[in-house]
Amino acid sequence: MKTNRDKKEYWASFVQRWSGVALALFLPFHFVVLSLILQGEHVLDGFLYWADAPLVKFAEAGLVGLLAVHLLGGFRLLVIEFFAWKEWQGYLISIAGVGATATGCLFLLRAF
Amino acid sequence: MEDNQKKIRVSVWRGGEDGTFESFQVPYVEDQTILDLLTHVQRTVDNSLSYRFACRVGMCGSCAMQVNGKPRWTCRTLVRSVIQDGELKLEPLSNLPVVKDLVVDMKPFFDKWQEAKGRFEPSDSPVTEFVPIKPDDKQRQKADEAIECINCGCCYAACDVVELNPNYLGPAALNRAWSLINDAKDFANPERLKAVSGDGGCQNCHTNSQCVARCPLQLNPTRSIAGLKKAVSLATLKGEI
Repeated sequence: MKTNRDKKEYWASFVQRWSGVALALFLPFHFVVLSLILQGEHVLDGFLYWADAPLVKFAEAGLVGLLAVHLLGGFRLLVIEFFAWKEWQGYLISIAGVGATATGCLFLLRAF
Repeated sequence: MEDNQKKIRVSVWRGGEDGTFESFQVPYVEDQTILDLLTHVQRTVDNSLSYRFACRVGMCGSCAMQVNGKPRWTCRTLVRSVIQDGELKLEPLSNLPVVKDLVVDMKPFFDKWQEAKGRFEPSDSPVTEFVPIKPDDKQRQKADEAIECINCGCCYAACDVVELNPNYLGPAALNRAWSLINDAKDFANPERLKAVSGDGGCQNCHTNSQCVARCPLQLNPTRSIAGLKKAVSLATLKGEI
């Protein structure tokens, strides 16, 4: 059994991959919700009313956080792969984590 | 000096792929290495124990194995720095076929070196003017950063991508390719870039830096692979590969 997971880059890679999978799973659901308008305005409004519940807003904030961490983590990878390697690039993981958390919190603040 | 009062328990992998752990009680000696410990077991307890070593001073790279789950050189690893609760677990290197006990077959590892064109390729025609390579040359410095690898296989054993995708060339082979790509006297490009950008090539790397964490020489194969990704992208855009 390997126990190599002792570098923050491992966890950055883990979050990048699984946030991508989670977002890919969410996307069809997102399109299903949008398609509710085809069944009538009241159907979509009914769903949106349900989506205003606090618990759903918290889940939505998590989703926004996932999207932000995937985006910022992706930028980090592009910086590593297309610019000269610098030691300060290690801080990009922290920046992505803080940026994603802040984005999720900001979403929550605006939601309530 | 041996302290007969203090003993440590060592679980050592015995047999082939379907083997099992065998426990030994070994006297604890201040400043003993994992290799010293294995030598003690082989000489005094069970002379059928198989393990590999040559130089004993961290130059040959042949003694690597999993020590408490992490790939390390046994000759340069002090028991006291890795022991956990008075116990040690020694296994053959991960991601390579087990031959017997702590010995693995390194063939897949070196085959991938060849696949990545890790061999220096001189010019086909006689060189009339040698390329001057200055110490402060950027390419020379990039090659310098990667060239000290001694093929111990620690990075290969630590790599999650190799574990998931056995076709992946791995950090060592790609690091070697990067050092040659930066060698102005090598003439294997763009074939080498093609070799490192195939199905098992550099684009598989997840940049999770386990190779960096486990390299006993503190090399940075992740940086080399990032360099390869950039070189492959630029060569693709220019239509060279």
